[in-house]
Amino acid sequence: MNAPNHNWRKFKNVFMEILALVCAILVVMPLVLVFYHLIVEGFGSINLAFFTQLPKAVGEKGGGMANAIVGTFILIGQAALVGVPIGVLGGIYLSEYGGTKFNWWIRFAADILNGVPSITWGVVVYGLMVVPMHGSSALAGGVVLGLMMIPLVMRTTEEVLQLVPGGYREAALALGISQWRTIVQIVVRTALKGIVTGVLLAMARIAGETAPLLFTAFGNLGWAHSLREPIAAMPLQIFNYAISPYDDWHRQAWAGALVLLLLVLFINIGVRFLTRDRFQQKT
Amino acid sequence: MTTENRKPESAAATGGLKPGAGAAHLGDRAFEWITLIMALSVFILIFVIGYELAVGSMPAIHKFHWHFLVSSDWDPVNDIYGALPFVIGTVVSSAIALVIAVPISIATALYLTEMAPAWLRQPLIMFIELLAAIPSVILGFWGLFVLVPWLHIHCFPLFRSVFGFIPIFHGQDYGPCMLAAGIILAIMIIPIITSVSREILRSVPGLQREAAFALGATRWEVTRIAVLGYAKKGLFGAVILGLGRALGETMAVTMVIGNAPQFVPSLFQPGSTLASWIANQFTEAVGDLFYSALFELGLVLLGVTLLVNILAQLLLKTFAGPGVKPQH
Repeated sequence: MNAPNHNWRKFKNVFMEILALVCAILVVMPLVLVFYHLIVEGFGSINLAFFTQLPKAVGEKGGGMANAIVGTFILIGQAALVGVPIGVLGGIYLSEYGGTKFNWWIRFAADILNGVPSITWGVVVYGLMVVPMHGSSALAGGVVLGLMMIPLVMRTTEEVLQLVPGGYREAALALGISQWRTIVQIVVRTALKGIVTGVLLAMARIAGETAPLLFTAFGNLGWAHSLREPIAAMPLQIFNYAISPYDDWHRQAWAGALVLLLLVLFINIGVRFLTRDRFQQKT
Repeated sequence: MTTENRKPESAAATGGLKPGAGAAHLGDRAFEWITLIMALSVFILIFVIGYELAVGSMPAIHKFHWHFLVSSDWDPVNDIYGALPFVIGTVVSSAIALVIAVPISIATALYLTEMAPAWLRQPLIMFIELLAAIPSVILGFWGLFVLVPWLHIHCFPLFRSVFGFIPIFHGQDYGPCMLAAGIILAIMIIPIITSVSREILRSVPGLQREAAFALGATRWEVTRIAVLGYAKKGLFGAVILGLGRALGETMAVTMVIGNAPQFVPSLFQPGSTLASWIANQFTEAVGDLFYSALFELGLVLLGVTLLVNILAQLLLKTFAGPGVKPQH
């Protein structure tokens, strides 16, 4: 056996480490670049009118995205009404009941569901709600986002519930408290912060979803007066402005994208700082 | 994540005990049933998605049979539809994304688990998670106004002068194109592949590494032999998971791919994917058969992504199943 060339091996080691570092920097670059361009192009167009006024017709200066901002919050609210109860209760089942095999399948299905393309959700809810209701509606938009939240919330709820020590459950049961009250009043309450975190992250995720809204919420250049009307949403408005040929609308799109990104990042970063202790335990 | 202190105890406690009779017992049963139904909703949803798409595509399936999958015509005027350019566009754009994303993601995951100084790890991980949180419409918007012009002005002429003899670099370039879609997709799947790979690498037992170090291996040799060799299957799962995301990604792709109902074997030419074509055409569709054809595109997309995701989950779940836990 030849003695391996020590210098060559050392060189290769250093080379690979530098290569890995370069890759890590490359990964972070897009976030920095996107943020940089959004601030440069979008910051100047953010003013009071942006948050308080409706879009102006093409050619008129000014105007804002008030309807889209409100629309996004309405859609998220509806989505939460659909997604949170189903997701949290399903997560409780996964963590507290069921056999190992059976739950493996549910978890598997939830992960598969998570991988269903967002455009597919849009087409399905178009068939389920928009066609029977004879038109796009805020309701359909809320439902599609809510359905998309279910697997996200279910999995995070299950994960945080399983961090609750088994002793808590045993202690409660030993005191003669019924199982469901043990779960609701002790297990869920102990893990509440984590569950809320999961819900907020799921909301941040669906806040930026565009594809499922294209044929369900559809978008609206004015206010929606009921949930049965098409409604504006920030991602939809950004998309429609971006592919339009007008410079004014592009400016609005930059500003809208900056606001939406800040909203999403704010939730993500905020949640991380709030729950630092919980998720950083023992890496 | 620690597995040992939860399931057995709670299962034993709940399975063994039959707390109280009467009202409490009824409450227990009701609560368990309610949560069970909610948990089963994931199966119901998968079924509903498949059923709805299948029903919607029936007219197109009856009309075109399997020709739909091998025909390149997309002709609303004569009501003739074929999915081939979109299927190929989906596969090609995802393949470009994987070529770019896989080496970068795995190298980054290795850097994070094996090499990075401790103070840098947490911030880097957070940056990667934030990158994953950028809505796809924003990334597409950035791609359309920053990346595409940059490619058009700086990159394409360079490619053409250096690699001009290779056919995939031929053709007039208009800006939006396959390559731009591939790059945007890569940016979108890098965070997923990186963070799943990191989890996989973290679950490689420390003893593996120590053994290789003890034999006098350098850090890279330890990584290559002990870590990568051990984690191969899981890393493959992470890559397939990224592929699943790339295949179905819609908005960002729609904005940079050019939306032409064609596939030209050139990186600089516009094309379409299944998802981007549905997004692009759905609101303009007129006539039942047109809608039905779009539903069938959705069905094809669903079929492909389900298969890819099932494969990914099986790889990941059998790799990091119960019993494997992080060693640090």
